[in-house]
Amino acid sequence: MATQALTFAAIPARHRVATRRRVRERVIVGALALATLASVAVLVTILSYVVVRGLPALNVDFFTQRPRPVGEVGGGVQPALVGTLVLAAVSGVIAIPTGIAAALFVVEYRSGRFATPVRFAAELISGLPSIVIGVFVWAFLVRGYIGHFAALAGGVSLAVIMVPIVARTVEEVLRLVPNSLREAALALGAPKWKVILRVVLPTARAGVITAAVLAVARAAGETAPLLLTALGNDFLSTDLLRPIGALPIQIYRYAVSPYDDWHTKAWGASLVLVIVIGLIGLALRVVARQRVH
Amino acid sequence: MVRNFDRTFAAGVTALAMLVPLTLAGITVLIVIDAWPSLTTFGLSYFTTTVWDPVHLVFGAAAYVYGTIVTTIVAVAIAAPVAIGSAIFLTEFAPRRLRAPVAYIIELLAYIPSIVYGLWAIFVMVPIMRGAIEPALQNTVGHLPLIGQLFSGPPVGLDLLSGGVVLAIMILPILTAVSREVLLAVPPTQREAMIGLGATRWEAVSRAVLPYARPGIIGGIVLGVGRAFGETMAVTMVVGNSSRDITGSLFIPGYTMASAIANQFVEADTQLYFSAIVEVALTLLIVALAVNTIARYLIRRTIADRPAGAVV
Repeated sequence: MATQALTFAAIPARHRVATRRRVRERVIVGALALATLASVAVLVTILSYVVVRGLPALNVDFFTQRPRPVGEVGGGVQPALVGTLVLAAVSGVIAIPTGIAAALFVVEYRSGRFATPVRFAAELISGLPSIVIGVFVWAFLVRGYIGHFAALAGGVSLAVIMVPIVARTVEEVLRLVPNSLREAALALGAPKWKVILRVVLPTARAGVITAAVLAVARAAGETAPLLLTALGNDFLSTDLLRPIGALPIQIYRYAVSPYDDWHTKAWGASLVLVIVIGLIGLALRVVARQRVH
Repeated sequence: MVRNFDRTFAAGVTALAMLVPLTLAGITVLIVIDAWPSLTTFGLSYFTTTVWDPVHLVFGAAAYVYGTIVTTIVAVAIAAPVAIGSAIFLTEFAPRRLRAPVAYIIELLAYIPSIVYGLWAIFVMVPIMRGAIEPALQNTVGHLPLIGQLFSGPPVGLDLLSGGVVLAIMILPILTAVSREVLLAVPPTQREAMIGLGATRWEAVSRAVLPYARPGIIGGIVLGVGRAFGETMAVTMVVGNSSRDITGSLFIPGYTMASAIANQFVEADTQLYFSAIVEVALTLLIVALAVNTIARYLIRRTIADRPAGAVV
């Protein structure tokens, strides 16, 4: 067969449409692949910058000392680190039982007309801007019941953000528990509360832990509501009724300052945050994989 | 005795669960109450004037609403094609072994705290915008008659355009995730029928799968809009926060509603000033509620209710 240069004109008319379609397909799929590449590239770029610019800030002082006076070099972010842990604990204590209860309410106590408002309310809250929640907690606690900026208010604002996340995930996990388990326990004479505490929740344990940890990881990165409730604190404090620092607050204050040293510390704190959240995610994957028998 | 504890337990669970709708009600009530003075003083003019004068106590949030709308439009314009394109690629065309890992990587973007995005944006993205991208835009598209207006004025870097770009990056993971979920919910019969008729893979996707998934994808975009409206920290750090002029240019260092609240909440020294800021929060609240309800309805319709193989 004679080899011709394969120009478009050389293709018989009945084949041209097929080729055009094929070319268009290749181009479009190429564009789609590019879009995917762009998304991945964004993540890689941001993480790279965080690592490269944050690593120089990490030294022993960074983790053990409190911030030095404005303009002086050195010091660390220890109060903010401790503050983040304290806030995570406070918000966890409030949000995890409440979220689990909400999920239990919707799944186990399907009281018809009350179940949907609970789930609906949780979904709506999860869509609220975090600054709006901050305004609410400020009005309710900082101006109202507590009277000043306080760690407790910060914890409550984080808890409000966390409850819908916990509730949604736990609800999914609870629905995965086979009904036969519940029925068998009830048939053996167990009261409903025992069925829930001794059969359903233990079966769903991995999912509940995942939900709790995911919610805490998400709350650890929140800034806006904390600016209005916990305020931040350059001194180490675990007093729930006093302002408290937190990593995101520290990052923000350092980032908008004019000092290079503080900028580097902001990168460093960001690196710590990202590493902690990353480790939590990895740990969750390991737990999830172990559970699959 | 056993039955008594059953009732107690149920009551306890109910009480805790009821905290959720109670909190939502509390949020709405408290914010309305605090915004009331501003609502009654300014009425509708609050949304039509850009005058924001804490000294003479005249407040108009038009600039904030404008900034929010502009940055959100920019964000969706950039993120939607990329996200939907990625979702299509990952569900229809990518090598099978790559699909789950790459999708997971994109979802990881959602776990980066917004303050970290803000930090990266203010120190890495803004200089690039100011030094390279914005002048380039001004020199090329800036000369065109209508669109050129978008890129007029000194390229500051800390402006609405940067705010929009940061928002685009932040809504990318959720847009991609929802689009993927929606596309995966399309019954394979749709695709198979098209291929059976001789379509290429892309033709099958664009003519059968995408129309089927369209309500859900639109729902995802609406969800992204809701997220963009409420995003505070990253946008506050790069959007400028100094100009209340509505000029039609993207190079204005403007405000969004969320950034206005973040900047001025702790500075409000008079009752009316404070109330005016809370009214911004109230607006955000109402818009977020409305947008999220619409979005979830659209998404649920595509995933749950469409019977397999139904003729659209």
